[in-house]
Amino acid sequence: MPAIEASGLTKIFGRRPKRGVRMLREGAEVADLRREGLTPAVIEATFDVAPGEIFVVMGLSGSGKSTLIRMVNGLLEPTDGTIKLDGQDITHLSKAGLRELRRSKVSMVFQHFALLPHRTVGENAAYALQLQGVSRDERERRAEEALAMVGLKGWGGSMPSELSGGMRQRVGLARALASGTEVMLMDEAFSALDPLIRKEMQDQLLELQAELDKTILFITHDLNEAMRLGDRIAMMRDGRIVQVGTAEEILNEPANNYVAQFVEGVDRSRVLSAGTVMEPPVAVVGRDAGPQAAHKLMREHQTSSLLVVTRERRVEGLVWEDDVAEAVRQGADRLPVSAEGVPRVTPDTPLAALFHHAAATRAPIAVVGENDRLEGVIPRVTLLSALSAPTGKDRPDGTDGTGGAGERPDATAAGETPLDPAGAR
Amino acid sequence: MTPLTTPMPPGLPRIPIGEVVADGITWVKQNLEALLDGLTAMLSFLVELFTDLLLAPPMLLGIALFTLLALLVRSWGFAVFALVGTLLIASMELWEPAMQTLGLVLVATLAAIVVAIPIGILAARSDTVSTIVKPVLDFMQTMPAFVYLVPVVIFFSIGVVPGVFATVVFALPPGVRLTELGIRQVDKETVEAGEAFGGTPGQILRGIQLPLGLPTIMAGVNQVIMLALSMAVIAGLVGAGGLGQLVVTSISRIDVALGFEAGLAVVILAIYLDRITGAIGQPTGRSLGAVLRRRRAETASRQPAAATAGSTTT
Repeated sequence: MPAIEASGLTKIFGRRPKRGVRMLREGAEVADLRREGLTPAVIEATFDVAPGEIFVVMGLSGSGKSTLIRMVNGLLEPTDGTIKLDGQDITHLSKAGLRELRRSKVSMVFQHFALLPHRTVGENAAYALQLQGVSRDERERRAEEALAMVGLKGWGGSMPSELSGGMRQRVGLARALASGTEVMLMDEAFSALDPLIRKEMQDQLLELQAELDKTILFITHDLNEAMRLGDRIAMMRDGRIVQVGTAEEILNEPANNYVAQFVEGVDRSRVLSAGTVMEPPVAVVGRDAGPQAAHKLMREHQTSSLLVVTRERRVEGLVWEDDVAEAVRQGADRLPVSAEGVPRVTPDTPLAALFHHAAATRAPIAVVGENDRLEGVIPRVTLLSALSAPTGKDRPDGTDGTGGAGERPDATAAGETPLDPAGAR
Repeated sequence: MTPLTTPMPPGLPRIPIGEVVADGITWVKQNLEALLDGLTAMLSFLVELFTDLLLAPPMLLGIALFTLLALLVRSWGFAVFALVGTLLIASMELWEPAMQTLGLVLVATLAAIVVAIPIGILAARSDTVSTIVKPVLDFMQTMPAFVYLVPVVIFFSIGVVPGVFATVVFALPPGVRLTELGIRQVDKETVEAGEAFGGTPGQILRGIQLPLGLPTIMAGVNQVIMLALSMAVIAGLVGAGGLGQLVVTSISRIDVALGFEAGLAVVILAIYLDRITGAIGQPTGRSLGAVLRRRRAETASRQPAAATAGSTTT
């Protein structure tokens, strides 16, 4: 059962928003609704988040991502569609029911931290527990634990104003952790921090996540952050989710031009892994084969080297064309395996980590899985071509009809319409 | 003598607003007498209580207490002002009327705050309440203060109670306005955090909105006190006693000396109250209380350090 399940989630701001839903069903465009004085912030968003997953919603300002996250914990009531947490439909919960849900199931981390300036760090971390009516001793203990988890052990007595931005957000994180909920919503949680601190916080979040295995819905406008953190990413534009997929899927198979242009600037070497760019290991030769057979294989595959593998497909080494030709001429019956080692990497190694191997040897890089089994190879040419984006071939636009061909993604970046709930209220 | 009002143009009906209000006042006087009597009894009891309390200690002890309070909540400099100011009031032989006025102001302020803050909270929560309350407050603030005195005298006759009542009506608006503003300007995200962790409206009000809006709310309380003081003097017209009565007497006798002295005493009280409430809203950090707290915190943080240093040497 998914931890979060949204189907057809729609939020329209304005008077009598239900009529906007009807108009959209009848095929009206966003601009038509605008003329009616309605602001569609989120339109028919459907996605699942698995337990223990970091699901990133990525979009520019005005794309509706803040509205979306606020529907997940009921801060905003959806105009249409349903949202389920742990299978429980929360769309029509009463106020008291929503409060109970927020206390027991979903916590939230805010962009500008939203700490209480008149309370100590420890009291802030314990805030959720205090609202729940947990006894003082118990909540102090759990707040102290949460602060230790985020690296703020011993800071409980300080005031938030004495802390740097990064530390304040750690307190925000500790407050959410202390509440002990399974689901955590993070609304642009690291966007207000400067780049170095942001990276540090991302690392810390990933570390914590490896340990705690929470379900995290993370909102960001920073694509690199999305790619670093997200197990899966939902790309949002003008209130619609235009693509959901892993970082690699979004990079390599963008659903439309908008996404393609968006991911153009991404440092692919840090997102793509060896497993996604490797080629099937066809240019291999068995350890016991003779030079003649190797020579024939090389001619067939038009290659200057072959990987030598055992029967269990474990990489033994490499033979070069020149050596094989020499061996054939001398009538040798054993393969002239090169003394040069073959670099071995696992499928999830990022491309960035492959370059020094490629620079050190002419040999292709072997990608090995469990038990050192050969799964694929990355010749140097493949490594270089993987870095160029899959452009050139013009992809058909998505079926949602939002993006016109050739439209620049930054046309919406200016955020000329206040789709963020703060602006719309 | 020229008439005070202009004749209406022919054909326009005369709308008897004034008469309607007057009838309304008479109706209230006749039908809600029990309520008015109750209010009278309560207010006069409170004013007497406060005035008696203020006049209970001998004059010099009272002056010392005023000075000490100034030192506790604000600073040395202000304590010196309080000492000189209260001594001046005493030497002008105005101690008793000054304390009567102060008693009236305190009761009126308390009553105004008790009414204003809940209304302000409601107005901050609901735009409808806010839209209804705003014109009422405008009316209360701009209606000439003397106009209140007439119906108030009808309700409560002459004395200190109509003075208090008129003062409350006059001083109430900034209390409501600044409470509403204070709560509305609390950072949206912080309030949202309260909601996101499952806080009830009451918990969010007490834990987030009131404490974070406190400086603005205290600015409102400060304004209430200042307006109450200025109205308390006007209330002298309906027999509220205190400095106001002296000012009224000085006008009728054309006694410049008495008028100036009574006015000066009002100014001294005003500055004193303003600085005290200002310091509560935004602590200066130079008050005796703050200095003592800092010193305690310093010794507390030094002690464990000294203890560990001691244990390593032995």
